[in-house]
Amino acid sequence: MKVDLTVNGKEITADVEDRMLLVHFLRDVADLTATNIGCDTTSCGACTVLFDGESVKSCTVLAAQASGHEITTVEGLASNGVMHPVQRAFHEQHGLQCGFCTPGMVMAIVSLLRENPHPTEEQVRAGLEGNLCRCTGYHNIVRAALAAAEVSS
Amino acid sequence: MSIMGTRVIRTEDPRLLTKGGVYVDDLRTPELDQAARLTFVRSPFAHARIKGIDASEALSAPGVVAVLTVRDMDDLGPPPPPGDEGSEAAPMPLGGAWAEPLLAVDTVRFVGEPVAVVITDGHYQGEEAADLVNVDYDPLPAVVGLGSALTDETLLFPDAATNVALTNPVPTDDTAFDACEVIVERDIVNQRVACVPMEGRATAAVYSDGKLTVWLSSQNAQISRFILAGALGMPPDQIRVIVPDVGGGFGAKVGIDRDGLIVAWAARKTGRALRWTETRSENLVGMTQGRAQLQHIKIGGNRDGRILAYRLEAIQDTGAYPRMSGFLPFMTFLMAPGVYDIPEVQAGYRVVVTNATPISAYRGAGRPEATAAIERAVDLFAAEIGMDPAEVRRRNFVAPDRFPFQTKTGAMYDTGRYEEALDKALAAAGYDELRQEQERRRAAGGVTQLGIGVSAYVEITAGDGGDETAKLIVNDDGSATVYTGSSPHGQGHATAWAMLVQDELGIPMDQVTVLHGDTDLIPIAVGTFASRSLQLGGSAVHKAAIEVKDEARHGAAEMLEAAEADVVLDTSTGVWQVRGDPDTALSWGQVAGHASGGSLVADVSFRQDRPTFPFGAHVSVVEVDTETGQVRMLRHVTVDDAGRVLNPVLTEGQRHGGIAQGAAQALLEEVLYDVDGNPQTSTLADYAAISAPDLPSFELVDSQTPTTLNPLGAKGIGEAGTIGSTPAIQNAVIDAVSHLGIRHIDMPATPQRVWMAINAAQKARAEKGSDQ
Repeated sequence: MKVDLTVNGKEITADVEDRMLLVHFLRDVADLTATNIGCDTTSCGACTVLFDGESVKSCTVLAAQASGHEITTVEGLASNGVMHPVQRAFHEQHGLQCGFCTPGMVMAIVSLLRENPHPTEEQVRAGLEGNLCRCTGYHNIVRAALAAAEVSS
Repeated sequence: MSIMGTRVIRTEDPRLLTKGGVYVDDLRTPELDQAARLTFVRSPFAHARIKGIDASEALSAPGVVAVLTVRDMDDLGPPPPPGDEGSEAAPMPLGGAWAEPLLAVDTVRFVGEPVAVVITDGHYQGEEAADLVNVDYDPLPAVVGLGSALTDETLLFPDAATNVALTNPVPTDDTAFDACEVIVERDIVNQRVACVPMEGRATAAVYSDGKLTVWLSSQNAQISRFILAGALGMPPDQIRVIVPDVGGGFGAKVGIDRDGLIVAWAARKTGRALRWTETRSENLVGMTQGRAQLQHIKIGGNRDGRILAYRLEAIQDTGAYPRMSGFLPFMTFLMAPGVYDIPEVQAGYRVVVTNATPISAYRGAGRPEATAAIERAVDLFAAEIGMDPAEVRRRNFVAPDRFPFQTKTGAMYDTGRYEEALDKALAAAGYDELRQEQERRRAAGGVTQLGIGVSAYVEITAGDGGDETAKLIVNDDGSATVYTGSSPHGQGHATAWAMLVQDELGIPMDQVTVLHGDTDLIPIAVGTFASRSLQLGGSAVHKAAIEVKDEARHGAAEMLEAAEADVVLDTSTGVWQVRGDPDTALSWGQVAGHASGGSLVADVSFRQDRPTFPFGAHVSVVEVDTETGQVRMLRHVTVDDAGRVLNPVLTEGQRHGGIAQGAAQALLEEVLYDVDGNPQTSTLADYAAISAPDLPSFELVDSQTPTTLNPLGAKGIGEAGTIGSTPAIQNAVIDAVSHLGIRHIDMPATPQRVWMAINAAQKARAEKGSDQ
């Protein structure tokens, strides 16, 4: 079927299988490979992107469902070569190691801070329950989220 | 000022944060443009004989290029003959009667074992076609768990005539125990856990013009190349292995495993470029898992707190194939006495096969199991004599003036200050106040009780002794390129190695490029595992920098017509000059341009004579809801002394991740099978991988006791957090309910298990009450 998505501000029209997942559309059709696949049960959050500004797990959305909507991936977050405050906070707080969960983790935090610009540590941790990281022990990811909130205030 | 020891944020991050890493499945290299997808057909049975495979239906499905089984492996040599076996202490497959095939031959021995592969043009076609491969299985009784294995009623390898693959018998001399006032003895389960790197296994392969190129998510390209050469019967120089970004390894990506070898073979067999990226459901049955020991401990000593004798018998469940021979329990054996100077130590182990996913290295690889056993044993002993567990530890530590210290099990600890580490951790935690708070809560009889757990540990890093390579080139534009034998997958080597170059040569970090993981560029190397990289790979870079500097000094002296002794490098600016004469200044670019070939090159290997032994102490504070059994981690305080620190940002990150993985084992994670050997935890919806709300922020205390075994003074830090945290947290949970008469709860301390322990203790007290 024909789908028409706006990804990181760019319109992409393609003919895809009805069953194609949004994450496969992003990786294989839009050729945006930062969004990773870490599980097959919507458990890990590595594929988190923004769907009309709100975080979704792109393994659980069909490309067809995203037709007519705006998708933002981590590749579309920086503007004019300047990192988004959440990206910068990840860098400054050492919020990433292997980098695999990072794009999804960053997008989840961008969405979390839009909903709650000044979260407590406990609220950040609760908000990240659906995003797994195996490297950082979450310590510096939480610090990055809190630092980004601080900067944005 | 030297950059060493300062907080430097990573050079890797901007790329990973804005474009994302390039993991195997992200490769868009032209050679893989037309790559087909490989999908495994895996055994749904824990133990079965294969009577036949009918691929006809699959072959006629849309997009199917080929279906391959063991019958198609006629281009491979026979498996190694019996006798060509791994040994007790070498992390190699046992081979012989225990040999593991690539695709299953006539028997499958665990759910998830590769039986056939389907090659398709498209992504989704593979999964559909794999379902159409009709494998006729004749199920056999499954050997599930060690109890079942040890009866030898059902054998995984009938030719071996037993399920016990290796034995290193524990001495049974009770003389030392007979002299003890108090003896405690019990079984302890160190449960099977899954490694769960966020990126699972992934391999892409192209065979063209007699050359095989393999892209692999691995901890070492070079070892993988030799494994490929052996398995496929090819000369190593016809194989190129490329390791791009790797999304975590934790020991499970050392080398290349059976599944990756099959992908490479299939690419050669079919002539098609192939890609395979496993799903998480495959990962949780197909990737090697960790721990899986049943331990029996016996500890004896006197009421003054002195421990006089310790015995550890470990039974290692190695899963369906002994891929590591006896290596893992050997490490447990080696580290059995931990940080204590115990006059009599007896240890031994058996390695046993079961119809489960094979066991291999997982963050700590045999050492967490040793620490968990001794730290639990010391707490049991402390509880028996009614002494504070921290005090018992103090009375038994190896004293700081005893190093290098030869243990009863043969390890040579290089440096250590065990009591100081514990005291620092206790002070930072406010141990005395915590005990008072615990008393208050107990006296008040509330539902939520406080537990304080302590662990003290020593571990072995770069345990293979071993060496690592580095090549450093200074170019005529003043930039430098490092070719490292280490193989980063999150550790931050690009940042750390650039710091080493800047520190020694004054070439700014942003002018230093670090390359790894390509056997065409770096043919000889070992890689990253066993917390070896900084001490070996980093020391190699340091050594290369010194060699380059010596060569540059020679060249600069020639250029300046001065004596070499008068030519100096200002490492704050990277400028060469005759001492005291700024007019003679030469840049690195100028000196390199003067050298033959227009660059300065050092190609070195660094060898460390012996392993190093990091140490530390952890204090865990937990709350236990005595009505529901729910455990909440409140605080976690650690001292992790891994020698001199190059970059605190990186070492802290390693400690954080280690603590969390240790906490995961203590509280949540466990791979489970049903009675027929069917995995019950084969998705992330079922396997309780630890997440952010399960953990507090961690409190890290600095401690640096340099080793003398390498020029950086560094020991390994990758696994320390895991080794220290697991027993501290387990001890904390038990401590929270010890006043109810509970002495032990096996891991993971899930609400159900804690609740059952509380319930059983209450019943026992009630019965005891009614007896009287």
